Amino acid sequence: MRSPGRASIAARHLRTDRWWLSPAATAAGLLAFVAYSTWRAFANAHYYAAPYVSPFYSPCLADNCVPMRGGPNWALFGSWWGLSPALLILVFPLGFRLTCYYYRKAYYRSFWAAPPACAVAEPHRAYTGETRFPLLLQNLHRYFFYAALPVAGILTYDTALTFRDSHYAWGHAGLGTLVFLVNIVLIWAYTLSCHSCRHIVGGRLRHFSKHPVRYRLWTWVGRLNRRHMQLAWASLISVAVCDLYVYLLATGAFDDPRFF
Amino acid sequence: MSTYQAHFRIWRGDPGGGELTDYTVEVHDGEVVLDIVHRLQATQAPDLAVRWNCKAGKCGSCSAEINGRPRLMCMTRMSVFARDEVVTVTPMRAFPVVRDLVTDVSFNYVKAREIPAFVPPAGLGPGEYRMRQEDVDRSQEFRKCIECFLCQDTCHVVRDHEENKEAFAGPRFLMRVAELDMHPLDAAEEAGLDRRRTAQEEHGLGYCNITKCCTEVCPESIRITDNALIPLKERVVDRKYDPLVWLGKTIRRRKA
Ligand code: SF4
Ligand code: SF4
Ligand code: FES
Ligand code: FES
Repeated sequence: MRSPGRASIAARHLRTDRWWLSPAATAAGLLAFVAYSTWRAFANAHYYAAPYVSPFYSPCLADNCVPMRGGPNWALFGSWWGLSPALLILVFPLGFRLTCYYYRKAYYRSFWAAPPACAVAEPHRAYTGETRFPLLLQNLHRYFFYAALPVAGILTYDTALTFRDSHYAWGHAGLGTLVFLVNIVLIWAYTLSCHSCRHIVGGRLRHFSKHPVRYRLWTWVGRLNRRHMQLAWASLISVAVCDLYVYLLATGAFDDPRFF
Repeated sequence: MSTYQAHFRIWRGDPGGGELTDYTVEVHDGEVVLDIVHRLQATQAPDLAVRWNCKAGKCGSCSAEINGRPRLMCMTRMSVFARDEVVTVTPMRAFPVVRDLVTDVSFNYVKAREIPAFVPPAGLGPGEYRMRQEDVDRSQEFRKCIECFLCQDTCHVVRDHEENKEAFAGPRFLMRVAELDMHPLDAAEEAGLDRRRTAQEEHGLGYCNITKCCTEVCPESIRITDNALIPLKERVVDRKYDPLVWLGKTIRRRKA
């Protein structure tokens, strides 16, 4: 910024708008989610209230999981795992979101201040971006995308299970069913709007005209992709609300209003 | 028709130094910042240096920073400012200054020359190129670029780190690599030129941390980050960091 030859202006920036508002709001939002999800992931309690299972604990991969009738119990890790089973599965959505192109922008700006806002000088003396370890690993995003697909599949299954009542009889629905439905739609929309997905379905092609089906898919994903940021936030909030709903039911704070 | 007196602060100086200078100047309805700079030249500061050409947002000459935001002076309406607001105009801060609002943008021409040109396909003469619209849509978005270099000026990789200028081509020219890599007739690969590998290894794509300031300032509203830089990063992953793609290629090569 103040390199020799450039216009000699002492100020770090001359912006007069509230440029700090957006990174501050982003940081607050992300911190709130991290605090909430850390508490819930380590709690190892109140994550099942028939027929609802919290998305933080699904699939539940250890022996110490609450048995859920027809639910996503899958004790891959057996009994030696003594910690909260949420930690086993949350690695995948966490990795997916941490390496997501949108979240990268969000935390690079709001936590790392590289840059805090456009044309506002960053405080770092040197900068190498994503050219070196560890940030070079951001290039693994597409593997987390592959892993996110089965996870979203299991959450879809959990949503199907919410069409039961608390005695496991099918053909019922309550307010929780609605909460789960909204959440799963947002999760899928976020997952499919991923930039890696856009690339895999068609973006890597050179001749769209030779691949009409993939071209069509690319167009659809591209349309969702324009909303990737909004979907990232909406699905982050919905997943927390979903978990909170289960927590409130499981602690007996209130009863699930039933529709039929 | 209404008229008012606006308070301007304009950076005046040269490579040896300079400062923000205050002016009070008349503004008429419908005017843009460049009009006001011209009025200053005509009335109070005949030696004020400014570069411009079309006054229609198409030549990319009048790039500057207005209230700290990189913009075209001819496309910034005075009506976006409150009448009592001080309007600060400085030259682009990522490039060496020549005088007043004029900067030396030759960095960009150097970078432009470093990107290997379109490689014509073998066996097709001029006039024989045939391409489908859907195959050129992506490149056409990038060709809206007017080379104002506002994106290059804003990108923190070089704006805040002069030392990275050597290694980093900047958003405008990484977009050029993406354009050619998506071009349906570019024969670089056949000629032994790997645009994906070189994007990362020679033009510094890894420096970009996709924070989207280039997109934010582009006066042509090109979605540089979403449509050029991220797809290019994904293409680099195909080439350099994806074992599945590598395995598939090896097997296919064996078969062939
Ligand atoms: S998205 Fe990349 S190229 Fe564009 S301004 Fe940000 S770091 Fe620079
Ligand atoms: S991409 Fe946009 S901001 Fe960059 S030089 Fe071209 S028109 Fe200007
Ligand atoms: S999930 Fe955001 S880019 Fe892949
Ligand atoms: S004078 Fe041509 S873009 Fe402003």
